[in-house]
Formats: sequence, structure tokens, C-alpha cells
Amino acid sequence: MISKSKIFFKGIVAVLPHMLSVIPFGIITGAIGVELGFDPILVYATSLIIFGGASQIIFMQLLSGGASSLVAITSVGVINSRHLLYGAVLSEYLEKLSLIKKLIISYFIVDQGFAESNKYLRQNKNLSNPHYYVLGTGVTLWFCWQLSTISGIILGSFIPEELGLKFAIPLTFLAIIVNDLRKLDHVFVMLVSGFASLILFDAPFKSYIILSPIVALIAAFIMLRLKK
Amino acid sequence: MTWLSIIISGIVTYFSRMAMVALIDREMLGTKVKEVLNYVPAAVFPAIIFPGVFFNDFGLFVEITDPKIYGAIVALVIGFYSRSVIATIVSGLLSYWFIIFIILK
Repeated sequence: MISKSKIFFKGIVAVLPHMLSVIPFGIITGAIGVELGFDPILVYATSLIIFGGASQIIFMQLLSGGASSLVAITSVGVINSRHLLYGAVLSEYLEKLSLIKKLIISYFIVDQGFAESNKYLRQNKNLSNPHYYVLGTGVTLWFCWQLSTISGIILGSFIPEELGLKFAIPLTFLAIIVNDLRKLDHVFVMLVSGFASLILFDAPFKSYIILSPIVALIAAFIMLRLKK
Repeated sequence: MTWLSIIISGIVTYFSRMAMVALIDREMLGTKVKEVLNYVPAAVFPAIIFPGVFFNDFGLFVEITDPKIYGAIVALVIGFYSRSVIATIVSGLLSYWFIIFIILK
């Protein structure tokens, strides 16, 4: 049996490579908030309270552009609704926990942490404390996100824009799914999602982020039916 | 006003993270739903990748010669064979920088 701290540590190690994109993204988020004219405390509050990169940027851009609070909140909700899918997947590994532990771990469910946890826990179904892995990934991402947004707030965007580090974001997510390209059924679902996102990109409230996965999951459902 | 918006956005976001973990009983999900859930990574992440590669900052399609496309292809190939997260990201960034700073300069 692997000890709890070892599982936690494995989770930390699994998300470390993603810091290549998370840290620059955090710095950019902090810097954008200040550039848009928000009080540094408010900018930091979005990292602590909302804790979701893309949604924080959109939220601040909308409010500074004169959009109503309702529009800003709706956009955050739509963008972050993808966590419902992560939760549905991870619930398999968290279902035995007490309610209070579930409530705490939930705060730390993030894209990269979900992806790495899902990958590892699926191959280690009999692990006795799987939630420590989820927590290891989530807490690491949380710390790096807080520190990098704070440095962006204080130092401004000290990363030269010419470097185009925004490109690290699609690369991080590519790294997450690249291994599944070996499975044709997954490739099919990926292509449906990708093309759907290009077509739906201009849908209101950035809803392509949740609509495309829904379209892709429906496609997966139909595919599974036809297979049988 | 902004504070209130941040707090409500935070509650909404937290709810999205917590709802399926804490409020839903897994027994409620049928086998079919569970099977489909295997495809969640394949269904979610391309919707972030594709626009990030094929659209520019203004939401317009990039040219077929855009360095991002070639960076993504390199990352795809290296990632596929190396199975390494770090190799995927680094190879994509380095090839992207090689194109914008050396070839296009």
C-alpha cells in the first residue's frame, strides 16, 4: 500500500510540467487586471475567490469594458461549467469521502489537476486514498496560481509579449490529450469537439467552451450505441 | 459592486466544482453515462486547443502559414512519441520561437 503522503507527492510531480504554462498565464492574468485599472486587491481576489484563469480574465475585461455584472457573472458561470464534467468523472474516486472532505477537495478541481488525476487514477483503480492524488495536483496548481498572479499584479507583465507565451496554453492541453491519440474513438471525439469549437466560437458568453464538449459527448454517446 | 460580482462568480464557480462531487450520488448515473464520461478529456480540451491555435487575438482564423500551426504540429508529433507532457510543451514552444525569431526575422 502506498502511503498518503506518497500519493500526494505523486500528484504534485504530475502537474509540475504544466507550470510551464500555468505560471506565465498567472502572471499575464495579474498584469492584465492591473492594466485594466482594477484595484490590485480586487485582481488578487479573483484568483482566490474565482480561481479559474480564463474566466478571471474575461470577467475583468467585461467589467472594465462596461458590461453589466450580470453579463460578467454569467460568462464566468458558462466558462467554468466544464468543471461539472470533471466532477462527474472524479466522483468515482471521491465518493467514499465525508461530505466535508468533498467540499474542501472540490475547491481544488482545476483543468490540469483533473486531467492528470484522471489519467493516473484510471490506471490505479485499487488505490486506497485516491483523493490525495487529486489534492496533490490541486494544491500545487493553487499555490502556483496564487503566487504567479500576485507577481503579475506587483511587477506587471514582465514577460515580453513577443514571446507569445499565450501559445503555451493550447500546448498544455495538447500535452494532456496527446496520448489518447492512439485510440481512434477518442480521436473521433476530439475532432468533433475541436471543429465544434471553431464553428461555435462566436456564441454568446464564450459558451463554445461548454457547448463543444456537449456536442462531442453526444457524438461519443451515438458512437457507443452504433458500436454495439 | 465589483466585490459582489467577484463573490457571486466565486460561488457559481465553486458550485460547478462541487455539485457533481458532493451533491450527486454515483448510483444515479447509468452505465451509459459512465461510459460516455470516459471521453470527457477528449471532449473538453480540444475546445480549448483548437481556438488557441487557429484563431488570433481578434477571434479571426489565422493564415495557414501561422507559426502556431507548425508549433502545434511539432508538439503533437513529439508528444505522441515521447508520451511526455514536458517534451510536448517545450518542443511546441521552441519550434514556435524558432519560426518567429529565426526564420521570420
